[in-house]
Amino acid sequence: MPTLAQFLSQAFNGIALGSLLSLIASGLSIILGTLGVLNFAHGAMFMLGAYAAFVVLNHSDSFALALALGALLLFVFGWVTERGLIRFYYRRPKEDQILVTFGLGIMMVEAVHYIFGGLSQRVPLPSWGEGIVNFGYFIYPLYRVEAIGIVAALLLAFYVVLYRTRIGLVVRAGIEDPLMVELLGTPVRRAFLIVFCIGSMAAGIAGVIYAPLAAVIPNMGEQFLVQCFVVVVIGGLGSFPGAVVGGLVVGEILSLTTLFNPAYAQAAIYAVMTLVLIVRPRGLFGTMGRA
Amino acid sequence: MSIWSSDNDGMFAKAKRRLTRRNVMKAGLGVGAAGLLLRSGTLPAFAEDKPALGTYPAGTTGSSVFVGGVMPLTGPYSSSGKDMQLGFEMAVDHLNNGSPITEQIATLKKGKGVLGKKIDFQVADSETKPDPAVQAATRFIRDNKAIMLTGTVNSAVSIAIEKLGQREHVIVMIGNSGSNDTTGKDCQRYGFRAQPSAYMAAKALAPVLAKQLGKTIKAAYLVPDYTYGHSVYDSMKQFTEQAGWKTVNEQLVPLGTTDFSSYLLNIGNSGADVFVNVAFGADATSSTKQADQFGILSKMKYVVPNISQFQAKELGAKVMGGTYGTQAWWWTEQDKFPLAKLFVEEFEKKNSYKPRWGATEVYVQMLVWADAVERAGSFYPGDVIKALESGQKVNSIYGEVYYRAGDHQLVRPVPVMVGKKPDQMKSPEDFFDILELVPGEQVLPPLDQTGCKMPGIES
Repeated sequence: MPTLAQFLSQAFNGIALGSLLSLIASGLSIILGTLGVLNFAHGAMFMLGAYAAFVVLNHSDSFALALALGALLLFVFGWVTERGLIRFYYRRPKEDQILVTFGLGIMMVEAVHYIFGGLSQRVPLPSWGEGIVNFGYFIYPLYRVEAIGIVAALLLAFYVVLYRTRIGLVVRAGIEDPLMVELLGTPVRRAFLIVFCIGSMAAGIAGVIYAPLAAVIPNMGEQFLVQCFVVVVIGGLGSFPGAVVGGLVVGEILSLTTLFNPAYAQAAIYAVMTLVLIVRPRGLFGTMGRA
Repeated sequence: MSIWSSDNDGMFAKAKRRLTRRNVMKAGLGVGAAGLLLRSGTLPAFAEDKPALGTYPAGTTGSSVFVGGVMPLTGPYSSSGKDMQLGFEMAVDHLNNGSPITEQIATLKKGKGVLGKKIDFQVADSETKPDPAVQAATRFIRDNKAIMLTGTVNSAVSIAIEKLGQREHVIVMIGNSGSNDTTGKDCQRYGFRAQPSAYMAAKALAPVLAKQLGKTIKAAYLVPDYTYGHSVYDSMKQFTEQAGWKTVNEQLVPLGTTDFSSYLLNIGNSGADVFVNVAFGADATSSTKQADQFGILSKMKYVVPNISQFQAKELGAKVMGGTYGTQAWWWTEQDKFPLAKLFVEEFEKKNSYKPRWGATEVYVQMLVWADAVERAGSFYPGDVIKALESGQKVNSIYGEVYYRAGDHQLVRPVPVMVGKKPDQMKSPEDFFDILELVPGEQVLPPLDQTGCKMPGIES
């Protein structure tokens, strides 16, 4: 049996890992909920954010600048993609939408591979993130603790935009019933564009935050994409609180399972997903009638 | 060949071409008949006295033979794949056009291809996954009549391709594969492996570790959950425990993992003195980076049984300094082997960096294969396999090497090394100190322990 110290350290790690999944998955979830498009390029957008961090931090020491530019890049990228590609697929079958975003993801990965090569790029920890925190029962890297704070702040900002602004109201109404919103004379398509840009930006910011932690390589978003689909299914399609809670749940499962059998950690999240689908087919926070 | 082209360029041209084609075919028949007459008379028949087998003789009738490279150009092992591709291209160039290296090998002195035929080649992306790799290899065999396949990084991919080679009767000169199974329970008559097996690497490494780090050591392992990882773990456990170590923790992780935090926390909490990391490629880079951030590398000694080609370059000497491990080859072996020196020079001139062991493996494999074909005097796979199995030593980047007939493992030295700290480096790519260069014969597994039951040439 694991000791208390082992349990506490994994429980904390679950929050750290889960908060990041929450951030990526929330973008994926609101795009799916509003636009009805399952964005398979989301992992590649995460990767693009990490490469933005690599480029910026090569020229500057400012991590805040990397965050800002990474966010801007992915916002603009989302804009161009929605206007130039995605909007032509709103009325097409789901399979077409999946194929086009899947293809987009492959093109992004290969373009980055072409420009930067396959070797992993080194992104240093910001100076304020070096070192280790001693929690008494366990130690934990300082940067990962700080990352929880950054992600929490971003999710809060996300919440404010979605629940406290007029555009957020349109977006949430669009998730529930896009046709009715349009009939009431609100330009729902503009809300679609903004949702796509924000979703893309969320993935990009997560990429910037994650860059100092992993090997920055072209296909680094693959595993996160798959895990985020699980998060969205557990949390409920299109639900922002669902994505946040789902992310934390998946993070905890991934972490705590390794206490007993590390080889089952990945399998465990699918087992829980199956269980949720049986008990609550629309996910923890999903409601009837959504995409 | 424009007369065979199917370009749609007007009726008149088509009619004209049809005439030409008919004429050409007639002429061809005539020449063929004359050739048959000649051959049945006095000329010695070389190729035709062998039965058709695999892509033979179909793949050898032209002025060139085709060799297919199946390499991971994308996926977690893509950096190894790129290095390997450069070594592959250089080997083809050297065999076709001669080089200071081929000049040192008696059978390859001519530098005009193999048995007078130029080598034609292509590289396909395996994506570091068995399925796409097998598809690409199958295309090479069916469409290009490949006479040999090489490349393959990752043991699961390598084993899949060597099994395909056995079924299709096409020789596979395996690239990067460390699993014992590759030349053990999954050994194939058509598969040949250049990299030291996990067993060889562990047997070479363990005594050095015991000498450097001590005998009463507790070790924790991070192990990729597939044949390579299991094999390295088993062999490392076996030989370190023989040296007195205790294995206290094993963390199995899927290939392509990005975040190792939960596994690393368990290793950090395991009370081990040494962290043995079996992860490879981008996974090795991520896990090492994260282990450093979790304070594990400052708390424990760090051992990487099979160090990835670019791991030190990607992480820097600050992190990798003091890391113990083996590689299939490191460029400072040029001080010992003259061909290695020539290879490093040629490779660096062309690609502006020091070659890694992936590049050397495919290069050595290509030359050893070409030597065997020349000695066999034929591309007939049965003869080439027998020439490879003959135990004939070939001079190479690794010194004199040969294949053991019983399991098709290349008998070659294993460098045991330690990472240099930044202030110990004499040049930007001087990342390692070779502590010992252990001769292959000393660390080979006994044949009856490999589990290899070698299939027949025609089975």
